[in-house]
Amino acid sequence: MRFFADQLTLGLTLGAIYALIALGYTLVYGIIELINFAHGDVFTVGGFFGLTLIGLLGLDHASAALLVPGLVLVFAVAMGLNGLLGVLIERVAYRPLRNSPRLAPLITAVGVSFFLEGLLFLIKGPNDVSYPNLLPAGNIDLLGISIGKQNLLIIVIALALMVMLQQFIQRTRIGRAMRATAQDRDAARLMGIKINLTIAITFFIGSALAAAGGIINGFYLQTIKFDQGFRAGLIAFTAAVFGGIGNVVGASVGGFVIGVVYAFVGGYFAGGQQWVDVVIFSILILTLVFRPTGLLGMRVPEK
Amino acid sequence: MKRGNGPSAPSALSRLRGLELRGLGAAGRARNVPYLLLGIGLILFPILDSNASHVDVAADAGHWILLALGLNIVIGYAGLLDLGYAAFFAIGSYAFAILASGQFNIHISFWFLLFASAFIAAFFGLILGAPTLRLRGDYLAIVTLGFGEIVPRVFKNASKFTGGVNGIVGVDQPKLPKILGWDGQFGFNPVPYYYLILVIIVVSILLIRNLRNSRLGRAWMAIREDEVAAAATGINTVTTKLLAFALGASFSGFAGTYYASKLFVVTPETFTFSVSVTVLVMVVLGGMGNMRGVIVGAMLVYFIEYYLLHQLPGWITAASQALNIDFLTKLDIGGYVQRSTSLIFGAILVLIMLLRPQGLIPSAQRKVELELGTTDEAVADLRGSA
Repeated sequence: MRFFADQLTLGLTLGAIYALIALGYTLVYGIIELINFAHGDVFTVGGFFGLTLIGLLGLDHASAALLVPGLVLVFAVAMGLNGLLGVLIERVAYRPLRNSPRLAPLITAVGVSFFLEGLLFLIKGPNDVSYPNLLPAGNIDLLGISIGKQNLLIIVIALALMVMLQQFIQRTRIGRAMRATAQDRDAARLMGIKINLTIAITFFIGSALAAAGGIINGFYLQTIKFDQGFRAGLIAFTAAVFGGIGNVVGASVGGFVIGVVYAFVGGYFAGGQQWVDVVIFSILILTLVFRPTGLLGMRVPEK
Repeated sequence: MKRGNGPSAPSALSRLRGLELRGLGAAGRARNVPYLLLGIGLILFPILDSNASHVDVAADAGHWILLALGLNIVIGYAGLLDLGYAAFFAIGSYAFAILASGQFNIHISFWFLLFASAFIAAFFGLILGAPTLRLRGDYLAIVTLGFGEIVPRVFKNASKFTGGVNGIVGVDQPKLPKILGWDGQFGFNPVPYYYLILVIIVVSILLIRNLRNSRLGRAWMAIREDEVAAAATGINTVTTKLLAFALGASFSGFAGTYYASKLFVVTPETFTFSVSVTVLVMVVLGGMGNMRGVIVGAMLVYFIEYYLLHQLPGWITAASQALNIDFLTKLDIGGYVQRSTSLIFGAILVLIMLLRPQGLIPSAQRKVELELGTTDEAVADLRGSA
């Protein structure tokens, strides 16, 4: 029981991080039907933005009183910068190809992914870089189960961001513009929606959420590496597909499910750790083959 | 359906056929002269250049050309983005290494396995393709990406069969009967490997050229340009795509067998995503759908990765020392250059797709389509109408 609770906590925590990345995939896919292969690396860049800011502010040895406002600032600035990176990528690599055959933007997406990874490799080197954990240590009792404070905090932050995103998409004018653009770009344009701006905002939000995920991931694993985004991105994409790509709630649910699967396969099977990726990518392939709309996905026509 | 050679509507295709026919005349023979010279040069190269390491480099470049030719069938002809091509390369290599090494003390002939592992790779292409080729193109990309990640991991984890992380060491090498004073042992001598890969490449080019001009090849291109219209003309799109996938994979089986026997070792770390991307860069840079372009692209990328990026740092260091510019030496630009492979490859992919999507040497067919102009939307598509 104890072990089960531990694995579940681990799974939900990892799941929260995957969900934050998965939201970026699902938002972009929802609006321009592009698998943004570069998103995993955008997640890594976000983590490094956070690390640099923490260093600049000296947060790793700041007093407790300054820690909370400092962290809020770190998250805000890193998310903003990463959002701008997402906008830049869209402007340079995807927008000029919006009316090209679908192969073209997919290939540039792979190119951008490789480019970002190469850039991080040059700047940050080939090794793991240590990341400070600024989240509170210790456990608290929750319904008789002892759970790490940091795990709880990560899950709460992620859930809060998801709810905010969902409300933003459902309630605000920009959110409505995003939904309209996703549904029918030309009709939306005729209704006076600025398509380019709306798509740029979508990339901004997705990349900002990835930065939040990147920082939390750094705190939790206390390490960051130039190529971590490739694997994390693929797992998060699996989450997005499993939940139903294009669907914000689906990506959140998918993230948690995949996180839990990850923890349980790794925890319960002998030698499970080395098979985790195989299991998860198999889920990806099986979902795409048997239920390409995922758990809650929007209907995607064949062509 | 009868074979589609009858008088058809005046289309880009029939104009093309005219072009090909003209190619058979005197102009065609004149056009073949450079190829003849190139062929003679390639055959004489190991004899004229006594430096074995040059021949070795050329022999290594050969399997990349083969990989690029294979991926070109999938991406260039059928228009399917396969991001896990290295997986089939890995399957070909391991199939050979398991069946021709001390691992299980099985030693089947190289010449038989060269074809057998191509079949095995093609078979896995079918297994992966059959369920997934019904999916939209971009899903196919991600599924193949996942497959490309799974396969090396399986080889790494299934250590009973594959030697795990250390891989299989001591893979058999090809043997020929004694001829002209040569004992027929390939061993570690690059020269016979060079000729072997040359023959494989030439045969592959002829095979692929015939495939491209066949009914199947024309069906691939029809699907690439407009899948719905292709289906409407009676092409079975799933089977056709599946054949592209399997045939493309089979060439990486050839390449894998060759690679494993030449290197003497197979390890799971060799078949990473970056291999798939490297081959993709070769195809995209050279020109999707054009074999000449793809071969040039493969050689260019190989040159950049294995020569230029290794030599440049030395040149930069030498230059900054010769000029006695201290801060240049300290900056260690050479070190950065050496580590910038993926940065450069990423940039190539983006720039080519933005500026010259048809590649450095575009396919003649697309060129004709562009020059003569057709009402076909696909041509506008190719250039992007925005």
